[in-house]
Amino acid sequence: MLLMKKMAVLKSHGLFDIVLEMRGGASLSLTSLTAHELSELLDKRELSSKELTVAHLERIGSVDDKVKAFTTLTAEHALLQAEEIDKKRVHGEKLSPLAGIPMALKDNMCTRGIRTTCSSKILEDFVPPYDATVTEKLNSAGTVLLGKCNMDEFAMGSSTENSGFFATRNPHDLNAVPGGSSGGSAAAVAAQEAVFALGSDTGGSIRLPASFCGVVGLKPTYGCVSRYGLIAYASSLDQIGPLTRDMTDCALVMSAIAGHDPKDSTSAPMDIPDYSKYLVNNVKGMKIGLPKEYFGAGIDPQVLAYLQQAIGKLEEMGAICEEVSLPHTMYALPAYYIIAPAEASSNLARYDGVQYGLRVEAEDIVSMYCKTRSQGFGDEVKRRIMLGTYALSSGYYDAYYMKALKVRTLVKRDFDHVFENYDCLLTPTSPTVAFNHGEKADDPLTMYLSDICTIPVNLAGIPSLSLPFGQVNGRPVGLQLIGKAFDEGTLLRVGYSLEQSTNLTKPLPALKGGSRA
Amino acid sequence: MSQKYETVIGLEIHVELKTATKIFCPCPNEFGGEPNTHVCPVCLGLPGVMPVFNKRVLEFAVKAGLALSCEIASYSKFDRKNYYYPDLPKNYQVSQYDLPICKLGSVEINNNGEVKTIGITRIHMEEDAGKLLHGGATITSSNYSRVDLNRTGVPLIEIVSEPDLRSAEEARAYMEKMKAILEYLDVSDVKMEQGSLRCDANISLRLVGAEKLGTKAEIKNMNSFRSLQRAIEYEVERQTEILDEGGRIVQETRSWDEEKGITVSMRSKEEAHDYRYLPEPDLVPIIVDPKWVNELRASLPELPDARKKRFVKELGLSEYDAGIITGSRALADYFDEVMIKYNDPKTVANWVMGELLRLINAGDMEITENKIKPDQFAALLQLQADGTISGKMAKTVFEEMFATGKGPETIVKEKGMVQISDEGALATLIEKVIAANPRSVEDYKAGKEKAIGFLVGQIMKETKGQANPGVVNKLLIEKMK
Ligand SMILES: [Zn+2]
Repeated sequence: MLLMKKMAVLKSHGLFDIVLEMRGGASLSLTSLTAHELSELLDKRELSSKELTVAHLERIGSVDDKVKAFTTLTAEHALLQAEEIDKKRVHGEKLSPLAGIPMALKDNMCTRGIRTTCSSKILEDFVPPYDATVTEKLNSAGTVLLGKCNMDEFAMGSSTENSGFFATRNPHDLNAVPGGSSGGSAAAVAAQEAVFALGSDTGGSIRLPASFCGVVGLKPTYGCVSRYGLIAYASSLDQIGPLTRDMTDCALVMSAIAGHDPKDSTSAPMDIPDYSKYLVNNVKGMKIGLPKEYFGAGIDPQVLAYLQQAIGKLEEMGAICEEVSLPHTMYALPAYYIIAPAEASSNLARYDGVQYGLRVEAEDIVSMYCKTRSQGFGDEVKRRIMLGTYALSSGYYDAYYMKALKVRTLVKRDFDHVFENYDCLLTPTSPTVAFNHGEKADDPLTMYLSDICTIPVNLAGIPSLSLPFGQVNGRPVGLQLIGKAFDEGTLLRVGYSLEQSTNLTKPLPALKGGSRA
Repeated sequence: MSQKYETVIGLEIHVELKTATKIFCPCPNEFGGEPNTHVCPVCLGLPGVMPVFNKRVLEFAVKAGLALSCEIASYSKFDRKNYYYPDLPKNYQVSQYDLPICKLGSVEINNNGEVKTIGITRIHMEEDAGKLLHGGATITSSNYSRVDLNRTGVPLIEIVSEPDLRSAEEARAYMEKMKAILEYLDVSDVKMEQGSLRCDANISLRLVGAEKLGTKAEIKNMNSFRSLQRAIEYEVERQTEILDEGGRIVQETRSWDEEKGITVSMRSKEEAHDYRYLPEPDLVPIIVDPKWVNELRASLPELPDARKKRFVKELGLSEYDAGIITGSRALADYFDEVMIKYNDPKTVANWVMGELLRLINAGDMEITENKIKPDQFAALLQLQADGTISGKMAKTVFEEMFATGKGPETIVKEKGMVQISDEGALATLIEKVIAANPRSVEDYKAGKEKAIGFLVGQIMKETKGQANPGVVNKLLIEKMK
């Protein structure tokens, strides 16, 4: 009965096709919908948040042993939140469009009373006594927290293989990595375990997993979303953003989390825009730059073919796409690997076993520091702490850190320069689709190259969005749109236009291929 | 002994600012409290927290800079000073490195009458660390240490002097001047014993006439003006001996041991920290509006030097007296308040510097802890002036006032201490004493003027000290004519 009713409801919303494609019952089909679709059902009381939450918890129960997207599940907490929202809805309270929507947070965003690990052994049992500003904002929007998502330890990595606990799998092909470092967040959304998730992006950590997992991922302008309560990797580069099923959800989540926060001095003094108003299917006359440095050697021909298809589509819709140059692009990666580790070496100094987190007892304080940090941190974290410590050491500071800051300025100027004539830029998010587990795990330098297309944006502090566009051997391809500072609107508009005019932006996960999982 | 070496001293002073809240979080900035009660996620340095700069700290730092004739930076920033210590929860201290808020200032000191200008290199803002309570004597010899983070995030300014000081006395005079200026600005409690004013000294020697600075030792852990002076004197002696024996000074950090009266090596130059300064990415640069600086400059209170000059010029106090009284804002304010009700600068100065400071120093107290209200003080001086009580009585009453906080009239009444000045009342007694002491009267008449003292003494004894000695003296002379 209930199932039939739901199917009828879905059909009446023109969503029947999607449901038919899904295997399993009604619960499973519910998990395939977007936040804005679900919001409508919730608003009309055709569905309760509790039912929706249960559906997601069941979905997690059935697929997460393969995907391994979560470090911590908060089922009880989620059901309580859902019930509360349902009550409010019954009482006719005015609710936000995200009220009652089940979502997940990357495990580097503090949640009061819920452990927040950064996927590190050193914080395995850390339970923050306070909420991050994004947590607070989503709480007041009435979202339902399903759990915390796995990540590369302290957000250092591009594959979510560097988790201190376990690796996350790509829902499209379980042999592939989900990308990183927000791999758990992207995989949870792709595997329909959560309607949306938040990730953080320091050098591509939202966009790369979005690309690999076939979801939309936005890294907002630096200062757009509060970092208060985000456990820092590299403070001058970190930025929180949404991972969603489509552009409309991306806009909805942004409207809920963006805005000035007095607790974050680096957050911009801005009003919270209504990002939904940018969801316009029209790119006529828009000038889109194609930076040649991003289309060079190393790009997979099939990825390139999809890019060309996207360019063709945009031109067809009246946009003007032209080649541009960002000449300092090649220096961005090395500069990033000075600046980010330098900040990380300082940010991660607090994990010393004194006040919280792991402590390995030893005969004196210095040995306690050494043992705690040796056992608590994984190899990649240690590698970056050492790199950063070295770069800041007296005698090396000018040669490395100062020079990297100069490169950063040049990279930023490149963008300023092209944005004098172009509305946004289009590039691949990654030169290739998702690689296999273990493929690059022992070769840090090759792994670092995964972020070659995403890193310059973080150095410049500007917004950038990854949008799914086709698949190669079942693995999604991501388009990257790069915009001017605080012009997320243009990215949403271009992304929305592509989404409305093709059927390439919503790849469905196969959840296959994981014999080793 | 002729001077072979010249002593060169530079001081680094840490001043805790008395803002209502800490520098980067809303926790109360209060001394003491149960351990770890004035804390929040931010000052505990929990994962994910971010600092928010308390603008009052900037105001206080700029005021200090203006009072010390510094240039105020229009663009300044915070940096992280990285080092591991358990009283530092983030294992970095937010401080200022290459762009301090103030630089290139100066201050005039007066060392026993010798006036000298000392350069101020810079003033920067930073956060204080917490406190460790060791289970044993030191961190290395203890089985455990407890960490109290109440002080973590208390705002500090560090004032760095040029190496312009040439003796322990000068260093002390400089510190005393700094304390006075900061007290006048009302930006700090400036209590060395409580640690709100702390100081490290860089000390080196060079041959008299030499230009190049000698190798310096940095002395830490001096908790009073006295220990600052003693530590420097000891260190100068230590370095002199080494140089005299043909040895070389090692660049190092040394700690003053108050009990033993010596400095001991803490760490050598090789063991010194590499602080790996990094611009603080969680804070934005500090942009200072010159208009605001001018407003602050205009609102600065009268500073010790100006007040001293005014006291000399307008009130006719001696340089010395004015120097002592204006050396502390609380004392000078007190002086001014007494003067409102009893406008006799010299008498008030004598009483303040004599009786009041004597009792305060004996009780190891602050001026502000003194129980005598300025109008009570003035009333006492008035009682003495109109002859109601004698000078000697006044001192007794003053001590009672100091101990109990009672008004002078109350004490005089309670003790029946009113002076007898009535000539009629004294005449009978005087005649009686003259009759009883013919010998002294003879002596006086024979020209031994001292004999009158004995007679006065007798009368004072009879009246239990209440007779007005002036009146008694006058009456005696009349009667013995
Ligand atoms: Zn605090």
